[in-house]
Amino acid sequence: MRTYHQLTDRDGSGLAEQIGAQRRRVAERLAGVSRFVAVMSGKGGVGKSYVTANLGRALARSGKAVGVLDADLNGPTIPALLGDADARRTTHENPAPAVGLDGVTYISMGQFLEGGAPLAFTGPATESFVWRGAMEASVVRELLGDVEWGKLDVLLLDLPPGMQRYVELCDLLGTPPAVLTVTIPTPESRDAVRRAMRSAADRGSALLGIVENMVGGELKGSAADELAAEFAVPVLARIPWHPSSSEWDRLGRQISDARHTTHDARP
Amino acid sequence: MKFLCVECDQQMAFAERQLPGDGTLAATFKCPKCGRVVAMLTNPMETQLVSSLGVEIGGRTVPGEPFEMIREHVATGGRADGQTGSPTWSSDAQERLSRVPTFVRGMVKRIYADYARERGIAEITPAIMDTARAELGLEGM
Repeated sequence: MRTYHQLTDRDGSGLAEQIGAQRRRVAERLAGVSRFVAVMSGKGGVGKSYVTANLGRALARSGKAVGVLDADLNGPTIPALLGDADARRTTHENPAPAVGLDGVTYISMGQFLEGGAPLAFTGPATESFVWRGAMEASVVRELLGDVEWGKLDVLLLDLPPGMQRYVELCDLLGTPPAVLTVTIPTPESRDAVRRAMRSAADRGSALLGIVENMVGGELKGSAADELAAEFAVPVLARIPWHPSSSEWDRLGRQISDARHTTHDARP
Repeated sequence: MKFLCVECDQQMAFAERQLPGDGTLAATFKCPKCGRVVAMLTNPMETQLVSSLGVEIGGRTVPGEPFEMIREHVATGGRADGQTGSPTWSSDAQERLSRVPTFVRGMVKRIYADYARERGIAEITPAIMDTARAELGLEGM
């Protein structure tokens, strides 16, 4: 009996072709984007979205065309951070991103969920773990590939905690995005962020540097310095509890100037 | 996936897809040599897994639309169609809607959604579509 690869006709459903068409659509939509920067951390609650939004605004104030993909489907906060007055602009008939503060454009699952409702999918309730991950990945694909991003100098990717969304974005983009890592000073954060940075480096992402958030308060530690030494990357900013806009502008300049080379430091 | 007619050593060709409306899927494949037909039946979880990839067994008959997955599968959404509080669509109703030409599908979908919303109908099924079509004089939609 012949095996799968010995049958040379297409599979009848053209599943591989359908997936290929999805990838081409994403590539076409993102053709006008010059740079991708993933803002990530292995740790939750360190302020990734906060850093993303303020970095985006700083870059926009410096004259860059900036977009933000809120890839945190279950806890979307970008509309609140960048202003949600224009959030309802986006529909399937008008797949344009919303325009937020300082002209930063964004797309977020928060624009599609009613009144603070959690993200829930239709489908069989039993064993939903089997398909939910694939469903979320498809939603991310649509947020990337269905939105008319236009020409952007940089598209910031605001990732949720963990590495799953980063891996999905690597697949969707075709090449790993550059990574800006966010941590808080604590050793617990350092250990979680280390894993994320190592995973990103192993995937071939350029590690742009580290932003240490919530500095100067009750949180003790030196996570940013230790990670910077370990991965041979700069600490780009230390954000106090009440930062001024000049601190964000300085971070924006550093990201603008950062070179996107594949990170080859393997701690 | 591919299907092989072992007796003829021939790859079977996709013939037909059916969505019975209970979350399952039936797809038939036919041997081009002997004409034998086999059916692939998937349970709701398997059907959903395929659906969650944004692909269709048997191939796409119409091109995808923006935010298709979000509109059709996010239960707590509805905003992607520009409406609020939109009813959900059963899988067989979605299948029927997918046969509507792309250039009018958005309008047709909105008509059915408005009909359901005004009557407090939470889920649009083929039966609801038939009723709406008769009541609103939408023969052919």
